Amino acid sequence: MKITTIALNTFKEAKRDRVLYLLFFFVAVCLLFSRFLALLTVGDRVKIIKDVGLASISLFGMLMAILMGTGLVYKEIDKKTIFTLLAKPIHRAEFLLGKFLGLVLTIFIMTVLMAAVFMLILFLHTFSVDWKILLAILYIFFELCLMTAVALLFSTFTTPILASLYSLAFYLIGHLSWSLEMLIKKVKSGAGRAALRVLYTILPDLENFNFKTEVVHNLLLPGKLLGTSFVYGVVYTAFLLLLAMLVFRRRDFV
Amino acid sequence: MGRVLELENVHKAYKLGFIPKKKPVLKGVSFHVNQGEIFGYLGPNGAGKTTTIKCILNLIFPDAGRITIFGEDSLRPRARQKVGFLPENPYFYDYLTGREFLAFYADLLGIHGQAREDKIGYFLKLVGMERAADLQLRKYSRGMLQRIGLAQALLNDPALVILDEPMGGLDPIGRKEFRDIIVNLKKEGKTVFLSSHILQDIEMICDRVAIILAGEIINQGYLGDLISEKVLFTEIIIGGVPAAEFDHLGESVSTSGDRVLLKVYEEEKIDQVLSLVQQKKGKIISLIPRTETLEDIFVNMVKSQ
Repeated sequence: MKITTIALNTFKEAKRDRVLYLLFFFVAVCLLFSRFLALLTVGDRVKIIKDVGLASISLFGMLMAILMGTGLVYKEIDKKTIFTLLAKPIHRAEFLLGKFLGLVLTIFIMTVLMAAVFMLILFLHTFSVDWKILLAILYIFFELCLMTAVALLFSTFTTPILASLYSLAFYLIGHLSWSLEMLIKKVKSGAGRAALRVLYTILPDLENFNFKTEVVHNLLLPGKLLGTSFVYGVVYTAFLLLLAMLVFRRRDFV
Repeated sequence: MGRVLELENVHKAYKLGFIPKKKPVLKGVSFHVNQGEIFGYLGPNGAGKTTTIKCILNLIFPDAGRITIFGEDSLRPRARQKVGFLPENPYFYDYLTGREFLAFYADLLGIHGQAREDKIGYFLKLVGMERAADLQLRKYSRGMLQRIGLAQALLNDPALVILDEPMGGLDPIGRKEFRDIIVNLKKEGKTVFLSSHILQDIEMICDRVAIILAGEIINQGYLGDLISEKVLFTEIIIGGVPAAEFDHLGESVSTSGDRVLLKVYEEEKIDQVLSLVQQKKGKIISLIPRTETLEDIFVNMVKSQ
């Protein structure tokens, strides 16, 4: 119950900060780019629209997760609102979880709105509904939840600017780490290969949540892959939240 | 009388600088607060008052020592179940209205439904904020924030109320109202822990005090025991007699018009002053015996450290 109260308050804060206005930017980017790029491209216009739309949802969601997530805890400490909050009989873990869920709720609502707009634009072009698109968006949302946990973790011990840089670095590494897997296959077995495998296990692989290509080009989506990606997302997010709680548990609010 | 709050040998040092260097803030603070009393925690700025309060509320962790609230270790959230807290400069979510703000804290404390609405209404009235209830907190003045902050601290019907410099941003009428509220809390059987550097507030309403200086408690006890009843000197304001007439009886501090303010140190000389005024056909405007105040004790202690 306490977690819900904090989560709803976090959502209220985002709403009053007019974060949801980002939606208008999304619509503008979606409409403009898909028309502009479609003009320049030879071939399937609808594929371009799908590509741009999914990439925009991912980008705007990521911006929200990082920009809002990194300020989530820092702002409470900086503005000293945390003093009266934690003086009440609540656990610090409850506070963090409430903040996390509040932002996830905000991002969820934003993603649903963006998805609705995107589906409408697509429908106006094709006069048919491609439900597979929603699957790609769902996995984008899972990735955003993980990124929120990343931003929250950094937010518990550093300033928003540094936390944003760290989160961005995490995001980039996460989207490039799949190349390590390719490298592992090409390296001869031995110490080098083992070291690369350890590194690949530790580093996040955010490409696990990327089903854009499969959806846009109508490729096969194996259920096992979807299942593994989902479990990967849940476990990694839980691990990050646990880490954030450990950092936050003994922190002094001077 | 049960002990509501107890601190035993609490130490805290902050690490400062790029190469962290420890700066001790609390150096073995020990005191206790009894049930049903108003306890004054007195000290100049930077003495460690707020740090002590943060240690009590688990906002910072002491390096050594033990704190218990109602016999429960302060590290457990359960210990804060019956505690209300108003911080020094109240910082709250400024995007909420006064009513929403109280509703948020009520929800956190598990007060819902009609009980919540009743409580919010009651406390808005108590702190005189009914008219500003639907205004966003960012439009509140400091005194208004202080008032809504007090309402927030009292929402859970706390048995121990911790107030950090509660009268800082208030005007004289506000201070009087706040004092009345605090005294009423005591009448309701609540225990109040009040930190302040304004001696007058503490002297007027506190039962016991502890004085902290540079992280150490330098004195504590009942106010009556700390302040002696002995008359230090008597201040007499006399009209219609020149100051020079009293040179052998006391020290004339100031003159304005035909009025003289005279400080008389020996009790037997007071009668002599009175008969001299009568003889010279002057008049006594006021006669006030000055006893030692908390301020005297405080200033002496700070000087002697």
